[in-house]
Amino acid sequence: MATLLAFVIGGLYAAGLYLMMRRNLVKLILGLVLLSNGANLLLFTMAGLTPAQPPLIPPGASRLSTSAADPLPQALILTAIVIGFGIIAFLLVLVHRTVHAVGTDDLDAVRTTDT
Amino acid sequence: MTILPVLPVVIPLTVAAVSLLAWRWRALQRWLGLAGTMALFGTVLWLFAVVWRDGVQVTQLGNWPAPFGITFVADLFSAIMLLLAGLMGVVVVLYSLASISPAHEAFGYYPLLQILLAGVCGAFLTGDIFNLYVWFEVMLIASFVLLALGGERPQLEGAVKYVTLNLISSTFFLTAVGILYGITGTLNLADLSRVLSSEPQPDLTLTVAMLFLVAFGIKAAVFPLFFWLPAAYHTPPVAVTALFSGLLTKVGVYASMRVFTLLFMPQGNSIRLLLLLIAGLTMVTGVLGAVAQNEFRRLLSFHIVSQIGYLLMGLGLFTPPALTGAIFFMAHVIVAKAALFLVSGITYRLTGTYELKKLGGLSHTYPGLALLFLLPAFSLAGIPPLSGFWAKLILIRAGLGAEHYVIVATALAVSILTLFSMTKIWTEVFWKEYPEQGPSPASSVPLWSVPVRLALFFPTAVLAACSVMMGLAVEPCLAVAQRAAEQLLHPAAYVQAVLGRLP
Repeated sequence: MATLLAFVIGGLYAAGLYLMMRRNLVKLILGLVLLSNGANLLLFTMAGLTPAQPPLIPPGASRLSTSAADPLPQALILTAIVIGFGIIAFLLVLVHRTVHAVGTDDLDAVRTTDT
Repeated sequence: MTILPVLPVVIPLTVAAVSLLAWRWRALQRWLGLAGTMALFGTVLWLFAVVWRDGVQVTQLGNWPAPFGITFVADLFSAIMLLLAGLMGVVVVLYSLASISPAHEAFGYYPLLQILLAGVCGAFLTGDIFNLYVWFEVMLIASFVLLALGGERPQLEGAVKYVTLNLISSTFFLTAVGILYGITGTLNLADLSRVLSSEPQPDLTLTVAMLFLVAFGIKAAVFPLFFWLPAAYHTPPVAVTALFSGLLTKVGVYASMRVFTLLFMPQGNSIRLLLLLIAGLTMVTGVLGAVAQNEFRRLLSFHIVSQIGYLLMGLGLFTPPALTGAIFFMAHVIVAKAALFLVSGITYRLTGTYELKKLGGLSHTYPGLALLFLLPAFSLAGIPPLSGFWAKLILIRAGLGAEHYVIVATALAVSILTLFSMTKIWTEVFWKEYPEQGPSPASSVPLWSVPVRLALFFPTAVLAACSVMMGLAVEPCLAVAQRAAEQLLHPAAYVQAVLGRLP
C-alpha cells in the first residue's frame, strides 16, 4: 500500500510541476492544487499506514494499544488542507483579476515587471 | 505558565479583529493600528528585558507538556527579531498615516498589517516546526493581499509570481516536515534536536535539510531562487515595500538559522560549504543586478538579495563570531534598508517618479532628505563608524578566523560594488542638476501640512538614527548579539528550557 501511495505522490508532484511550467495561468492554479495535495498525501504516508487500528482507548483500558494508528498526521493534514483551500481561493481571484488586467492568460504576457 | 511569550501574537491579532469590526471607521482603524503597534513594541521590549535577565522563556500552550503540545519559546535571538519587528511595525504604520491612499484603507490595509505582524511574530516565537509552517502561511496570506491591494497591472503581475513561488516553497516545507515526522515521530524543535543528535540517519536527514534549504531559500530570496523578489517588491505602496524588505525575507533567514543550528549543523560540513557557496553567489548576483538598475526601488530590491548573502555567510561559517556578526548584520540591514525605502517614497512624493534619470538636484532643495538617504546608504555600504561597517568587519574577521578566504574576498568585493551603486543613487538623485524636462521640484515645493511632514520624515529619521546609534554604541549591541549567538551555538539551554530536562 505504501509503495502504491509513493507512486501516487510522485505522480501528483510531477503532474503539478509540469502544469506549473505550462504558459497558462489556469494550469498554474491546477498545478498548485495537485502539488499541495501531493504534499498532504506524503504527510499522511510518512507517518506510517496502520489499517483497522483506530486510536481509540477500548472500554475498561486506561491507555492506547501500542499498535494503534497515529492520529497526529491527520490533524496536520486537516490544517494543511484548510490553509491550502484559503490560498487557492485567493489565487483564483488574483488570477481572475490578472487575466482581466492583462487581457490574456498567457504567462509570457505578465513579464513587464521583470527586469 | 508565563503568558509573556504569547502576547506578541495575541496583541496584533486582537487589534486586527477589532479593526475589522470597525470596517467603516477608517480614522479609528488608523489610530487602532498605531496604538496596536506601539503596544506590540512595548511588549517586545519587555519580553527582551525578561529574556536578557532570566534566559529562555517558554510557554506551553494549554499546559500540555513539551513534545505533545504547542510550545512558544523566546530565546535571545527570537527576542532581538521581535524587537526589530515591533520597531518596523511602529515606523511603517506612522509612515502609512500620510502615504496610504483612502482606497487602500477602505480595503482593510491596517487590519492586514496587523495580521502580517502577528504571523511574523508567531514565526519568531514558535517552538514547533508545523506551527512554524502555519505562521508562515498567516504571514504569507496577509502579504499576498497587501501586495495585490490596489489591483494595478504591475502589482497583479508581481503578485502572481510572488504567490506562486511562495506556495511552491510552502509545499517543499510541508514535504520536509512530513519526512522529518516520519524519521523522528515528533515536531517539537527541541525534541527534534534531541532525537536527531542521538540517532542520526545521515542520508534521510540530509534530504530533509536540503528540502528545508530550498523552502527557506525561496522565502529568503537566495541565489538562484530570488527572482520573484525584484519582480514584485517595487510594485506596492512604498510603506508596504519597506515592511516586506524589513521582515519577510528575514523571516526566511531566521527560520533557516533556527532550524539549521538546532537540527542539522552538528552533522554537516557539506551543508556549511553549500551555505557558503550560496551566500557568495547571492551577494554577487544581487549586487550586480542592483548596479544594472536605473529605478530607485528596483535597485534597492536587488540590494535586499545581496545583503541576504551576508546573513547566510554568517550561518555558513558557523563560528561564534560569525553568528554574532550575522545577528548584528540582521539588525543593521533591517533598519538601514527600510530607511532607504522610506526615503525613496518621500522622493516619489516630491517628484512623482522613481526613475533615476528623471531625478536630480534634491540635495540643494532638500538637504535634510539627502542626509536621511546618506546615513543608511553609507551604513549599507559599510563606511565607518556606521552600523554596516561593524557588521561587515565582524563577519569578515570571522571569515578570516575560519580560513575561508574566498568568501571573505567576495564579501569585500561586493561591499565596494554596494558603495558604487549607492553613490549612483546619490549622484543621480541628489547631486546632479535637475534634468531639463518638466518643472524642477524647487519651483513646485508641495505645501505639505505639518502632520504629513511629521508622519513622513519622523519614521525615516528614527530608522536612520537607529542605524547611527548601532554604529556608535556598537559595544553593547555586540554584547547582545554575542549572547544570542552563544545560545544558537549551544542549543542545550534551549532544549532544556523547553523539555524541562537535560538532553
